[in-house]
Amino acid sequence: MIVDSYRFLPRSFRPLYEGRGPLRGEEGPVWAPFEKRLAASRIALLSSAGIYVRASQPAFDLDGERSRPEWGDPTWRAIPATTPSGQLGVAHLHINEEDIHADPEIALPMRLLSELVAEGAVGGAVAEHVAVMGYQDRHLSDWRTETAPAIIAHLREQDADGVVLAPA
Amino acid sequence: MPVLARWIEAAGIPTVIVTMMPAVAQERRAPRIVGVEFPYGHAFGMPHDRAMQRRVLELGLRVLSGAAAFGTRVDLDLEWPVPLRDAYRAWQPKEPSPIVKKLLEARADAARS
Repeated sequence: MIVDSYRFLPRSFRPLYEGRGPLRGEEGPVWAPFEKRLAASRIALLSSAGIYVRASQPAFDLDGERSRPEWGDPTWRAIPATTPSGQLGVAHLHINEEDIHADPEIALPMRLLSELVAEGAVGGAVAEHVAVMGYQDRHLSDWRTETAPAIIAHLREQDADGVVLAPA
Repeated sequence: MPVLARWIEAAGIPTVIVTMMPAVAQERRAPRIVGVEFPYGHAFGMPHDRAMQRRVLELGLRVLSGAAAFGTRVDLDLEWPVPLRDAYRAWQPKEPSPIVKKLLEARADAARS
């Protein structure tokens, strides 16, 4: 089966995504071989659903986006893997957040990953997963110079052997 | 996000992107791609459906650890269990996002002039 990439997208938005090709300077292959067994590897999750820890972190800046529609908050959050679902907040203006509030696992399956670790299928999970807010590829300069390097440093510090990224 | 995957990969950490727009991830040259035909905001499936979420994450991990070459794409053969019309409405925010609002206003202006 081949997934229809535009099934749930309003038809008039399809040209914003389709046939645009790679970003300039991002045309060639990049490849880091996955060398270990999965059962001996530490995995990190990265979601762009705008998830944050309500008690200890600021939400993503939605007012900034409302006042400047072309802007999106380029910051990121480290989400402790043991955070109870009920303590996670969601800040995202491009999706209905209700289902993620009801079950954050649909965007950031930290508990499910822990189960796979407990079963022995996966070697381990990082102590802190990563959350960003998506729908921003118009403004990549902050991402390239600040956000991405900070996330990469975090993933290295967490000894991640691989990352599962999921856009919202 | 496909570009973020590329940057992480270029730093030496393997990545897989689980996405409802696998064709876009391919165009943006993500290294490993899992496609899901799910509404936005639901990369791993339906709320509280652990079996469905597990199928997605396990496929993601299989492609992450087992893909042989750059550009590998595997699509999950799973139909969204909600009728399209309802699912299409359900994922969208209650009011259009600021950028969508701006685009709609620009279109309306263009149509008027």
